[in-house]
Amino acid sequence: MPILEGTKVCKNFGGLAAVSEVDFCLNQGEILGLIGPNGAGKTTLFNLISGALVTRAGEIKYKNKTISKMKPFQICRHGIARTFQSVKIFPDMTVLEHLLLSAIFGSAGRIPTREAKREALNLLEFVGLKGLENVPARDLNLVRQKRLEVARALASRPEVLLLDELMAGLNPAEVAEAMELVKKIRDSEITIIMIEHVMKAIMGICDRIIVLHHGEKIAEGTPQEIASSKTVIEVYLGE
Amino acid sequence: MSVSDIKTGFSYKKLIVPAVLGLILVLLATLPVYTPSYTVVLMITILMYIILTVSWALFSGPTGYVSLAPSAFFGVGMYTAAILGKELHLAGMVIAGGLFSFVLALIIGAITLRLRGIYFAMFTFGLVVLIQQILLWWEITFTHTRGRFVIPVDNTTIYYIMLAIFVTLTLTVIFIRRSKYGLALQSIGQDEEAAAHSGVNVTLVKVFTFAISALFMGAVGAIVATRWTYIDPYIAFNPTFSFFPVLMSIFGGMGQLYGPYLGAAIFAYLEELLITNFEYYYMLIFGIIMVITIVFLPSGIVGLIQKWRMLKWGKGGLAKDDANT
Repeated sequence: MPILEGTKVCKNFGGLAAVSEVDFCLNQGEILGLIGPNGAGKTTLFNLISGALVTRAGEIKYKNKTISKMKPFQICRHGIARTFQSVKIFPDMTVLEHLLLSAIFGSAGRIPTREAKREALNLLEFVGLKGLENVPARDLNLVRQKRLEVARALASRPEVLLLDELMAGLNPAEVAEAMELVKKIRDSEITIIMIEHVMKAIMGICDRIIVLHHGEKIAEGTPQEIASSKTVIEVYLGE
Repeated sequence: MSVSDIKTGFSYKKLIVPAVLGLILVLLATLPVYTPSYTVVLMITILMYIILTVSWALFSGPTGYVSLAPSAFFGVGMYTAAILGKELHLAGMVIAGGLFSFVLALIIGAITLRLRGIYFAMFTFGLVVLIQQILLWWEITFTHTRGRFVIPVDNTTIYYIMLAIFVTLTLTVIFIRRSKYGLALQSIGQDEEAAAHSGVNVTLVKVFTFAISALFMGAVGAIVATRWTYIDPYIAFNPTFSFFPVLMSIFGGMGQLYGPYLGAAIFAYLEELLITNFEYYYMLIFGIIMVITIVFLPSGIVGLIQKWRMLKWGKGGLAKDDANT
């Protein structure tokens, strides 16, 4: 059963169709990859799902409820959390404060601060930031800042997690670690959509892949199907 | 239980601060008993500046939205005093002044807080001029008056009402700073988009905090009007009162809670000192002091104190130096 479903989703920037009539569905428990050349509309689609942008036409449903008109904070509270392509952290706030903020404001129910803190410390261990809870976020390196973003997203107790280029800028060893993290998140029963350019990562962990090009969906299928698709190869490598 | 409780454990420092604050409060509360009336009048001015500055920093400090609207809210408070002064009890009038500013700020905030940076600053400043000119036009066209008289009140009463506003404001500032609400406010200043996607209702938090800060500005305007006794649109909506809170906060340093307090207190005392001693050159000297502060002390007086502590103990303090600025 799809947990997240989009029908004929459209978004224009002036005359440019950033996303045009894209249908997608996300099944509970899977990892869905979103790939495509630069400017294909991948991040725009994330922005539409998370409420940063409003759809021009079409509908996005989460658990059979229309979310296309909701504000980002409402969508977060409903259970869809995200990370950003270029990290967006709170530089002067500590690592722990990031997670507390998200747990207190981003989760559906009211959480007592003590419980939020306990959960936050568990999460930091989960993403590999144990012991750094009192460090200001700007003092972390890029890899850790990306992990902090993931932890902050998880602190809001999401059911769907949108990962926007988690692996960009990481070296091969770090990519492998990040892949492990994504699998661990999936195993904790969180459904994931990930935008990624690192093919090894996409092919290795995704259950299904959607390919966008010039705002349109040009292919959809398992990693094997995508890897052998003629259209996809044309888009990526030229004719 | 608050967020900051989690960060730090118990320490004796936690007892020293409330003790010192309590002592200051007792001294302030008994001030009219043992000092000449000149001191009381001076303290009224100092408290006025502190309230304006601290309530400005309450919103603009953590969020980074530079509001130039203080004199709009200050003026609304003054006009409340002029219009409702006869109908309401003094305390009621002060509260009404605050509430009118609060409501105005809610409306303004809902419209303008989409704007950022310089656009927000310019709009809020335009608001001051707009209200000033509308009132002027109204008085010329409909009431055929220029300005209004406000029923005077004795200085001791004014002082105690000021003190009450000051204490309420300080408690509000401490409460916000220590609560989850303060955390949300800080996250907005650091990265508004990320805050929204972490579940913070960014618009609500911004507009409400903006209105809370306006509430105190309006209340202080209402009580100051009873001391100035005559007001007109140029006096009540004097743009200077929009710039002073910004200058005083920078002067004091916004990295610490006490920065705006310190800045406003020293600034106000300095102004008084210069006006009485160098009647003609006071603005010049004042300007030079401001320039020196900004060039050599970018983190304000707070920064100076922290540097001094660094020198003395070799560490401490500077870690959060630039926070909130």
